[in-house]
Order: sequence, then C-alpha cells, then structure tokens
Amino acid sequence: MWPFSKKKPLELPDFWRAYEEHFKEKLPEDIHENIFVVLDTETTGFSFTKDRMLCIGALKLKDNNIVVKDTFEVYIQQEHYDSESAEIHGILKKSKKNTISELEALKQFLVYVKSYILVGHHVMFDVNMINAALKRNGLPKLKNKTLDTESLYIRTLLISSVVQKKERYSLDDLAKKFSISRKDRHTALGDAFITAIAFLRTIEKLKPQKIKDLLR
Amino acid sequence: MKNTISERIADFLKSYPPFNAMESKQLEQLSIEVTIIHKETNTVVFSQGESPHDNFYVVNKGAVALSKSGSSQILDICDEGDVFGLRPLLANESYKLEAKAYEETILYAIPIKDFKPLALENKRIGNFLIESFASNTGNPYSIKHRGKLYGDNIDSNQYSSDKMLDLQPIKYSTKLITCKEGTQVKTIANKMTKHNVGCMLVVREDLPVGIITDKDIRKKVATGLYPITASAQSIMSSPIITYPKGLTLAQSQMAMMKSDISHLVLTEDGTTDSKVAGILSKHDIMVAVGNNPAVLLRAIKRASKAKRLRSIRHGIMNLLQGYLEQNIPLGLVSKIISELNDASTKQVVKIALSKMEKEPPVKFTWLSMGSQGRGEQLLNTDQDNAIIFEDVPKENLEVTRSYFLKLGERISKMLNTIGFEYCPADMMASNLSWCHSLSEWKDVTRHWIHNPGPDEILLSSIFFDYNVTFGDKALADELSQSIFDSVQGYPLFFTHLASGALQNPSPSGFFRDFLVEQDGEHKDFFDLKLRALMPIIDAARVLILSHSIKSINNTAERYEKLAELEPNNKELYLACSYASKALLKFRTRQGLLHNDSGRYIALDKLNKEEKIKLKRTFKTVKEIQSLIEVRFQVKNLLR
Repeated sequence: MWPFSKKKPLELPDFWRAYEEHFKEKLPEDIHENIFVVLDTETTGFSFTKDRMLCIGALKLKDNNIVVKDTFEVYIQQEHYDSESAEIHGILKKSKKNTISELEALKQFLVYVKSYILVGHHVMFDVNMINAALKRNGLPKLKNKTLDTESLYIRTLLISSVVQKKERYSLDDLAKKFSISRKDRHTALGDAFITAIAFLRTIEKLKPQKIKDLLR
Repeated sequence: MKNTISERIADFLKSYPPFNAMESKQLEQLSIEVTIIHKETNTVVFSQGESPHDNFYVVNKGAVALSKSGSSQILDICDEGDVFGLRPLLANESYKLEAKAYEETILYAIPIKDFKPLALENKRIGNFLIESFASNTGNPYSIKHRGKLYGDNIDSNQYSSDKMLDLQPIKYSTKLITCKEGTQVKTIANKMTKHNVGCMLVVREDLPVGIITDKDIRKKVATGLYPITASAQSIMSSPIITYPKGLTLAQSQMAMMKSDISHLVLTEDGTTDSKVAGILSKHDIMVAVGNNPAVLLRAIKRASKAKRLRSIRHGIMNLLQGYLEQNIPLGLVSKIISELNDASTKQVVKIALSKMEKEPPVKFTWLSMGSQGRGEQLLNTDQDNAIIFEDVPKENLEVTRSYFLKLGERISKMLNTIGFEYCPADMMASNLSWCHSLSEWKDVTRHWIHNPGPDEILLSSIFFDYNVTFGDKALADELSQSIFDSVQGYPLFFTHLASGALQNPSPSGFFRDFLVEQDGEHKDFFDLKLRALMPIIDAARVLILSHSIKSINNTAERYEKLAELEPNNKELYLACSYASKALLKFRTRQGLLHNDSGRYIALDKLNKEEKIKLKRTFKTVKEIQSLIEVRFQVKNLLR
C-alpha cells in the first residue's frame, strides 16, 4: 500500500463527535453572552507523560454568575502514584472520594465544556494534561479556545518602566492582590473558584468590549 | 451532591443570621442551590419598582448600597453577611429601594423557593425575619430591636434618613471597665487612662451599684474634697439609672436629656438587679449621628479593628458630601478630610504594630506620598507610601528590612480593607524599593537627582510630596535636608523636573475645545487628573522646591506661599491656588457622584456653567506652564 496515503480517520466514539458538533456554532461576540469554563486540575506531578490527573474541577461563568449546582468535580482512579505530590493535594490513592476511570472523567468533562472558552491559571498546563490523557485514550486534542489568567493579569499592570514587573504571577499572588480567601487552595474546584474571581476582577480592569479583545 | 464551593458557601453562611439557626444538613442543601454573582462597582442588583427576582441576596464580599432611586442619599450599606432584597419576595411586592454595588462585590443569590420551606418550618428563622422587617433596617443584628409587627410600616415610612437612624438600635460598648466599691481612686484613674474611657462602673457581684465619670474625679478629687486614696464608694454617683439593652437612638437621647447624664448603664432587663450588658455614652450617640469631624476623629482613635475603621470611613464620605452640598470652602474641607484620612492611616499603623510579634527593632517613619502626602486626598484613592528606618549595622540590615517589609505589607493590606486601593504601580512600603534605611534613601534620592531621566523624574515627583504620617519626624527631616543639599549642588535637576511638569498633555485644543482620551478604557472621557490637576501640582512642586521649602505640601498652600515669596507674580500664583482648589472640588464632586476616584469625566454630563468654570482653570494652567518653562530654561534641554 502507498505509504503516504491519507491515514484512515480514526473511529471516534459518539461522545467525541457530539463534542465536535458544538464547534460548528460560532461563539457569541458579546462578553456577557459567552460562557467561560474555569478549570483547574490536580496532578501527580508536572510530567505530561509520566504523571496523571487526580482530579478535575471546573465551573461555568456566565454574565458574572456562577451557578453552584452547575459545577464539575471528578476524582480519577490512579495507577501511577507519586507520594510527594499527594501530600500537597491531600488526595490519597485510596481516598474515600468516589473515583471514576480516566476515560469516564474525560467523557463527562467534554460533555460539560462543550465549545466554551476555557479559563485557567497557567491554563496550558491543564489543557496539555488533559490532552495527554485524551491521547492515552486514543482521542484527539481539545478544540476549545483558552485564556490564561496570568497573562490577562499582566495586561492590567501599568505599562511603565518604573514598575518592576515580576516574571511570573502565581495563583497565590493573584489571590493576595484581589484579597480572595485562599482557604480551598489545592483542591481543583477551590482553585478554579479563586481563578474565576481573579478572572472577573481582571476583566473589570481591562473592560474588553468584545470577546475577540480578550482572545487576541 | 455537595462540592467544594457549596461547602465554602455553607461555611460562610453559618455564622450569619438567619442561617445560623439552620441545621448543617439543611444549610448544605441550600448552599448547592446558590448562584454566586460578581458585581462591578456601581452596577445595579435590582432597581426600585422592579418586580421581585427569584432570589434574595447575601453579601459575601464588598458592600451594597440601598437607596431611593434618583437620590444620592444612601439609606443603608449592606456589608459582609448582610441579607437584602428578601422582604419583597415574601410579601410578593416590587422592590422599594434600589440596590447598587458600592464597591466590587460578590453576592450569594439564594433561591426563595428553596429557602421559604425552611423558613416556615424553622421557628427561629421565622422570628428573625419578622424582627428584622419590623425594625425596618437591613441589619441582621437588629434582633435586639423590638418594634412593630411584620410589615405594617413600610409604606408609611418615607425612608427619611433621620427616621431610619432614630429607629436603629444603637451600638454601645460591651467591653466593660469595672471596679469594686473598695478600689482606690488612684487605681481607678490609672485604669481609666489606660483604657481610654471616660467612666468606670462600680459593681458588686456583677450587679451595678454606682458609676464614676471624669466629672466625679474632677469635682470630688481634684478639688481636694477627697484624697486619691479614697475608695470608689465615697465618690461614685449612686444609685444609678439603668435601661434595658435594646435601646434605640431616639430613646437613649431622651433618657440622657431627661436625667441630664452623659452615660447610660444598660442591663439585661433594665433594672439594677440584672447583669450589666454595656455602657452607652454621649459619644456613642454622636458617632451614630455621625456628622461631626471631632466625633469621627475620636471614633477613629478608639477603633481597634480595621473593620470598624471601614464603617467610620463611610461616615467620613457622608460628611464630605454634606460639606460639598453646603458649599463650604474647599481649603477647609480638604484640611478636615485629610486630617481624618491621616488619623485613619495612623490608627491602622498602630493596630498593625500591635499585631506584630515584636517591637520594631529601630525607629522608623511612615511616609504618605502623592495626594495623601499633599493633603489633597478627599476620596479614597490609591495608597502611596514608604518607610524610612534608622540606620543599622550592615549585618542587621536585611533582618531589619524584612521586619519593616512585613509591617508594610500588613499595613497596606489593612488600608486596602478600609478602602484605599492598592497602588497600581506598587509604590507601597510593602515593596522592597520603597522600604529603605535613612542612608539608603539618601543614596536613592541623590541618584534620582543626579541622573534625572524620565523615570527618575516621575519617581521624585511622587516621592518628594511625602508627609510624615506616623513615627519619628527627625528621620524625614534629615532626608529632606539631604535632598535640598543634593539639589543645590545640581541645579539642572530643576530644569528636568520642570520639563517633567510640562509633559502632561494639554487640556484643550486649538479651538478651546476639550481634548478627550482617544482610546482605551476611558475613550471619550476627559482625564481631569492628567490634563488639568497634574500640571498645576507639578508646577507647584518644582517652584516650591526651588525655594527650598519642604514643610508645605498642599498645592493650594504652596501657591499661597509662592505669592508671598514672589510679590511680582502674586496674581498668577493666587489664580493657581484658586484653580487647584476648584479642580480638586470638581474631581471630588464627580467622584462622589460616581463613587470612583473622579479622575475621568464624561463631558456630556456637565452643564454649561461647569464647563465654563473648568475651562477658566485651563488658562491658568497654561500661564503657569509658560512661567516655569521660561524660568527653568526647559527649552535648552535636549529631549
């Protein structure tokens, strides 16, 4: 067989196709009509190949509102396990939380996020982590647009050589700056909530007119 | 299914009424139904006459102001934990008031359909609701107040602010300073001084038997009638007049007038046979009435928590608004308000110091810079501040610095709590580059003066308006002296400073029309600060520094002093002094109107008279700019 012929398209499961279907519609232009999914993942470490997600937490922001019932929080069954990071997150391998398989978690996540814009602190880490998990399960990458709260925050700072900008701003820095309680730090949904509030405060400073002002 | 966020909501709600009466299981369920709403400053939660929403609201963070629409008078401010917008939902009527976010606010919206069954089922919640409605205040702690029955006074009540106040239960001090009958007068006087109170209660087995006030000590001891070794019993006023603890403002005023006394003793049931609940002084009443700077100042000095200061600051804003409405001269207004601002900052520093684990290792000075340093900060604008500490041996420098950095961080966080925004450029004492020892500051300022690039000029223009708010004045004086010495040796600095003062964009165009911002967040608004206030402030600074005068920071006062020093330019300087006051007043009015810093003005909202007034000041701005341009030979500077 001709070795360079197009690869036969992978047989993708129904939930993926349903997910892809959502992208046929364009996002609304107005900020307030858009739904943002703010997410955070807790992982066993920083390696995309070796480490695994322990938990995904996400919530939806629409027109400055968060509906508590409509939040997303799943704990994932673990094979790979690293005792060091479990100490940070307090998620033990056999904790009492109900855990589900990685594939099931991804499936539920895709149903939850649809084509909404993903917001996170250092969002690319979370997205890449999810993409790695998708790949393990024979699925393509996430198609959602993303927004990083760190780079948005940097945009709010004065452009002046007088101000010494820091290179990096952690979620803790932002929480401090916006006086957000850091009580639930290091739970996925708790971090997502802090990120969401920081995102809202940042948006208020930037006052973008249209969604494309943010995504630039 | 509960989740991390609903747990947090339940955790928050459980400490506030009526939710504190709920079982944790119920609260957990209710929390899941909540919607969290983020409100930007000045956005409306609901407006007057609007039909009721499906939810009522609890303030999680920030504050919400309730008012009649169309009036700027705020009737009530709901703070953390306060419930509002509930009554219309239960009574099925439209909203009687407008609710607006007073600052950035996070609200919990609780659906009435989930709350109602719980309220009906739980008697304690029902009682709370009836009581808080009857008292007609948004204050959930008004349980103490017993008033009329459910809902019969809403329509008759015109919501005049006096009525609201009269009906409100009054805050009294519950921290009692007491002594026994046998205590010596000297001990009592010491204790009163230590706690900074004007009266002391004499108790026998927890029951009040007499009271000793400053007046008693003055009349009976200082006159020589009794020695300072006399016992409390011999000089106390007794028997005492007691009242029940749920007193309202009007009642307590009546009681004091009736018996001509300045302190009321409040007991559990109002008789002398029950335990003392608290003491109410004339001062407490005056704080509640709240429009007197002396009273506010005392209240500030007594505050021991940042939260308390925050509510006092609401009072200051009311005072400011009243002054402006009555057209009181701005020079006086800005003096009073900046005095109060200064006192709040001072108190914050004190509180922060008392919370540090250790005493400060060496003497230090807390400097306010920018508008606060100039005594021109009428609204709650950004905080700009710095710390100077005494020189220490090199090996101790970093330890000392880290102490003051920590202190600075604490103070600026507390200032933020009471309403001063963080400085967007991070010019705060919590920043490494604004927390130096005296000799380091000397080096830094000398560096600015000898290398006057645009950044250095900007930094010096902010820093050189410093004013000592707290601590050792000698350190600041020494720094000022060093700055003058450096400047004398390098006069070119003035040229650069003057050039910096001319950098600001012009306020009006060729046809004397206003120039508005071309892009960004404030497109089509007029930037009052940058285009009109800053040039006049900057010019004042360079002129007064060139006369080596440091003790005057206020711009208007600087021009008055200049008029005195240079009689030939007297007219221009007086015009500048007037213009700076007029512009500041303008900014303050705008700021109060929109509850922001007043920096950006929507021109189409101004009337003709205001526009003409504003334009008149521009002429002065141009004249003073050309004066410094010529005097400091800015043209010769290569830019």
